[in-house]
Amino acid sequence: MPEIRNYTLNFGPQHPAAHGVLRLVLEMDGEVVERADPHVGLLHRGTEKLAESKPYNQSIGYMDRLDYVSTMCNEHGYVLAIEKLLGIEVPERAQYIRVMFDEITRVLNHLMWLGAHGLDVGAMSMFLYCFREREDLMDCYEAVSGARLHATYYRPGGVARDLPDRMPRYEASKWRSVANAEKMNNARDGSMLDFLEDFTKRFPGYVDEYETLLTDNRIWKQRTVGIGVVSPERALQLGFTGAMLRGSGIEWDLRKKQPYEVYDQLDFDIPVGTNGDSYDRYLVRVEEMRQSNHIIKQCIDWLRKNKGPVLTEDHKIAPPRRADMKGDMEALIHHFKLFTEGFCLPAGEAYAAIEHPKGEFGCYLISDGANKPYRLKVRAPGFAHLASLDEMAKGHMLSDVVAIIGTQDIVFGEIDR
Amino acid sequence: MSSRPEQMCEQLQALFPDNDSIHVDIDLVSMSVDPADLLAVATELRDNPLCAFAQLTDLCGVDYATYGQSEWSTDTDTDASFSRAVNASSVGTLTFNTGVELPKLSHARFAAVTHLLSLDHNVRLRVQCMAPDDDIPMVPSLTSIWSCADWFEREAFDLFGILFEGHNDLRRLLTDYGFTGHPFRKDFPLIGNVEMRYDPIKKRVVYEPVSIEPRVLVPRVIREDSRYESGEVPAEEDANNA
Repeated sequence: MPEIRNYTLNFGPQHPAAHGVLRLVLEMDGEVVERADPHVGLLHRGTEKLAESKPYNQSIGYMDRLDYVSTMCNEHGYVLAIEKLLGIEVPERAQYIRVMFDEITRVLNHLMWLGAHGLDVGAMSMFLYCFREREDLMDCYEAVSGARLHATYYRPGGVARDLPDRMPRYEASKWRSVANAEKMNNARDGSMLDFLEDFTKRFPGYVDEYETLLTDNRIWKQRTVGIGVVSPERALQLGFTGAMLRGSGIEWDLRKKQPYEVYDQLDFDIPVGTNGDSYDRYLVRVEEMRQSNHIIKQCIDWLRKNKGPVLTEDHKIAPPRRADMKGDMEALIHHFKLFTEGFCLPAGEAYAAIEHPKGEFGCYLISDGANKPYRLKVRAPGFAHLASLDEMAKGHMLSDVVAIIGTQDIVFGEIDR
Repeated sequence: MSSRPEQMCEQLQALFPDNDSIHVDIDLVSMSVDPADLLAVATELRDNPLCAFAQLTDLCGVDYATYGQSEWSTDTDTDASFSRAVNASSVGTLTFNTGVELPKLSHARFAAVTHLLSLDHNVRLRVQCMAPDDDIPMVPSLTSIWSCADWFEREAFDLFGILFEGHNDLRRLLTDYGFTGHPFRKDFPLIGNVEMRYDPIKKRVVYEPVSIEPRVLVPRVIREDSRYESGEVPAEEDANNA
């Protein structure tokens, strides 16, 4: 009879189920995990230190690269912190645009999560379904900012520009027939809002499709029900936020509890789980997609009816219009100062938190009155979630570790920063 | 009707009458706590139902070594113009250790700043804890009170070298295996000390001193802005320098 010993297993950093560059050192008893020690930092770029060496307005693009599947929400947290210290007002139309894109981002993030989580657990087709819809939403990103992922669209004091009047169209080519291009251009005849409205009408049907594939799927339930159970008390202790906290039955959503922008004027519900397992977190996130769709619809209605500025008129913070600069000396000086020196924030500290798709994304900003942050700390939701992996995975099988990483919705851009 | 942070501020002032640093800062309550009292205060903050700060949302280190220093200010009319900022004279983020000394500080250099959240009262609290010794900065660990402080403290140790007394597993978290130094300190150069490449002759990865020239593209400027001197912004500088 051979002696059976515990052994240590190295998982990652290059592993398709690690959602990036996670290295896990697992102490195993047979196939049961005794201890999980995540080694992170393989994607550490020192974003916070880089931000300290740049004027405020040059770091917005860095924020995109934190959680790179929900880029605009990261920007939102950053610009909110700046606005809080400056004490400036954002035009209402810009607030609605921000909320709309936050919710588009939430859907984008949850689709990525659902696809990848499904793939990890064996539901191959989920990935294909989810990416089909991500395509349309990324087209909205592109229409408004020119970039499909790293948008750099939000600005302190508003957003970079107003919504475009028309959507980019596909052209027929050697590889794409005229008929095919016509089909792809369906719903692209009008403005970006028309395209998005068409999407919001189709989207609930798509979510039904995902649910048909997963919600009552026997294998899916075997892999997620009772896996990674976290009690409400532990969820608070472990610093869980977002869907991870709501999955454990605590009704806490910053959009409702500490509303920012125009969330207090919109109608939506907060889904809450009961068992705190992976399956409940799945149900919570799927319902969040439906609620986000509902919010996007309300924003579209409002944005259609109300025109107005989308960026503050304070030209110490936001650049003047190009046309004004041609004739107005002061506008030219403002532009020059803004792009060579940036703007100074009053000395002080501010913490701005938003309900990011993954949880609470916070920016803690210390200013000493300079044009660069003295210290910027990004509170990434995934950081606290991954830190709990040891507790969540203990006693589970090796294959469940993959399901738990999936349910935590881990992205290394924000954890390593 | 006073707002939630103001109510909590009064609540905390009544609870900790000896602490005169408790004030409302924009939309949250801020206080600084002596390291010796931190554990007792934190336990009270969590367990007292009047506060009920059940969650630690964030914990980070701060290095106040160059607080309030500008790369642009000069006393004399200079013909060197922009170059006075490009060749940063102060210990900036872009200087190497070229013999530029850190300024003598009148206040402690390192702080651990914690953000707490009370779900019951829907209010946030910032707790600042200055480490008394600049050479061996040490503050008590909050891991026994909030479990999630674990990784946040490891990060602050890794990036700032702040030691957390009572932490069970204070290893580096974000930097490379075998890394030396604490990269988020103000005297650590932004471009680092070493660069890495694959050496085809030795057939392994080698570390060498960095070869690129550090440059300042936009100097750090502090402008006195009369718009912010109307008393709207709390006197934060005093709290930091205390």
